[in-house]
Amino acid sequence: MKKKKSIFLRKLKNNSMSIISVLSTIIGIFFLAWIITVVFKTGFSSFNWSFFTQATKPYGIPDGGIANAILGTLFITFGAAAIGIPPGLLGGIYLSEFGRNSRLGDMIRFSSNVMMGIPSIIVGLFVYTLLVYTTKTFSGFAGSVALAIIMFPVIVRTTEDMLSMVPNQLRESALALGTPRWKTTFSIVFRSAKTGLITGILLSLARVSGETAPLLFTALWSDSWPFNFFTQPTANLTVTITEYATNSPFDEMHAKAWGAALLITIAILCLNITCRTLFKEAKK
Amino acid sequence: MNKICGSPKIKRWKKQGLSDRIFKLSALLSALLVIFLMAGFFLQLLWCSIPALKTFGLRFIYSTEWDPVNNVYGAASAIYGTIITTAIAMLIAVPLSFVIALFLVELANPFISRIMGQAIDLLAAIPSIIFGMWGLFVLVPIMQNYVQPFLADTLHLGILPFFDGPQMGFGFLTAGIVLALMILPFISAVMRDVFRMVPQVVKESAYGTGATTWEVTFDVTMKYGMQGLLGAVFLGLGRAIGETMAVLFIIGNTPKISASLFESGTTISATLANNFAEAGGLFKSVLFELGLILLIISFLVQVAAQYWLNRVRKKAGGGL
Repeated sequence: MKKKKSIFLRKLKNNSMSIISVLSTIIGIFFLAWIITVVFKTGFSSFNWSFFTQATKPYGIPDGGIANAILGTLFITFGAAAIGIPPGLLGGIYLSEFGRNSRLGDMIRFSSNVMMGIPSIIVGLFVYTLLVYTTKTFSGFAGSVALAIIMFPVIVRTTEDMLSMVPNQLRESALALGTPRWKTTFSIVFRSAKTGLITGILLSLARVSGETAPLLFTALWSDSWPFNFFTQPTANLTVTITEYATNSPFDEMHAKAWGAALLITIAILCLNITCRTLFKEAKK
Repeated sequence: MNKICGSPKIKRWKKQGLSDRIFKLSALLSALLVIFLMAGFFLQLLWCSIPALKTFGLRFIYSTEWDPVNNVYGAASAIYGTIITTAIAMLIAVPLSFVIALFLVELANPFISRIMGQAIDLLAAIPSIIFGMWGLFVLVPIMQNYVQPFLADTLHLGILPFFDGPQMGFGFLTAGIVLALMILPFISAVMRDVFRMVPQVVKESAYGTGATTWEVTFDVTMKYGMQGLLGAVFLGLGRAIGETMAVLFIIGNTPKISASLFESGTTISATLANNFAEAGGLFKSVLFELGLILLIISFLVQVAAQYWLNRVRKKAGGGL
């Protein structure tokens, strides 16, 4: 038998743990709120007309905006979506429709969970060897491929989760009418899981749009407009932030980096909040 | 499904069978892409690091030399920096996330818990470069002017080798703190989900015997969800090890090993990001080998994390 502890000590321990946990939550929230406030406060002051309309200027010229980087980030992100979404959806279909209880399905599921945790810088190196080294030029397209590879396992897993929620009776009734499997999947299962799928895709977009490390090895950055997407280094927000924040002594450039940081934060928060509301409505 | 035969329109069946076969095959190939890509990471990085492997062999891992002029490299300083910053981050973030998850699930009223929970989920989505910038422009000056003098001089911890060194704000300690803040919302969110998975009945029966909240958490919830908590810790660990941008700005980027946490150093990912653009020939191959080391470490960490999380998932039947 264990020795009986006094009720006073037990209650003391319990209360002190409660206090510690409330305090830590406050500390945690405080720091994170601090970061967000700094980004909003500092970033907002650099927002003005030319910030959104002009291209970045070469090193040391204080005026100019980041419009080319905004456009470049949009190109790269949508390129990534175009490359990454179709195989992601198909992979998710395989896991939920064909590989639900098979050993291969389990293995792929496990691998995609592992792949989601592989550092993004590794993906950058990988795409560098595939596309930059072979074509001898950094390009926005290579950046898109890198981001698509990061998105891919995320979409596979969310698609699978969303499709698994669709009741089997729906599939069975469609198949009983003689509908082919692919038609059942795309027009019956997909339709009832629509919101969930959109949520998953948006979340994966939010996740890659703040990535920096893979772009350092693929898209790099430039001061020009991103119209040579396939053959030239392409301007983008995150690498511009890196350049302006670390390699520049000028306050104007730091301010622009904060502005770009705020822009990305707002975009990602909006995407996430949209997803949450969408998903909640779908659940109702 | 495919074995339903005997239809009068056999031809149509066959045609459908073909389109379905194509459908299934393309789905299978897309799913297999996951495995191909994983294998591709390893093979490509291995292939590109062959020159470095041949030149330095196993010595690369423990050699501290880093001399681009004479083309002699060792990974020890980068590995050391990665381990130290990750350790600091985990030491801060794991206990904090544990009690935050505890607060969210067991203590807070449902309304506060929901609001805070959503806030934490949103914060987990903030890109790491934001944390890096905040660290560089806000935390580094604070560390330099207040925290480091306080630790070293006011508390007289300067006699320990860990807190003895230049008070510049940059270095292992600052990078570790920023990493901790970055993974904090992430680990809390996973731990909260693990806490939630513990069946209410199990907790209630413990409360029924007269246990306090802390006793229920420590002896019942934690033991029940141990594997899930381990999984959460390893997920956070995986993030911290491979993180580039949050560390790159703050670590100082000097390839050396020093006991002092105030000294600047480097990590594997920071070395990669910092040197890759100028590197050529053997140097580039060395960087690929560093990448390979990082890949192997994070692969093992992720496999461990997923192994534990999978066991909890099976126990709880889905979710997470």
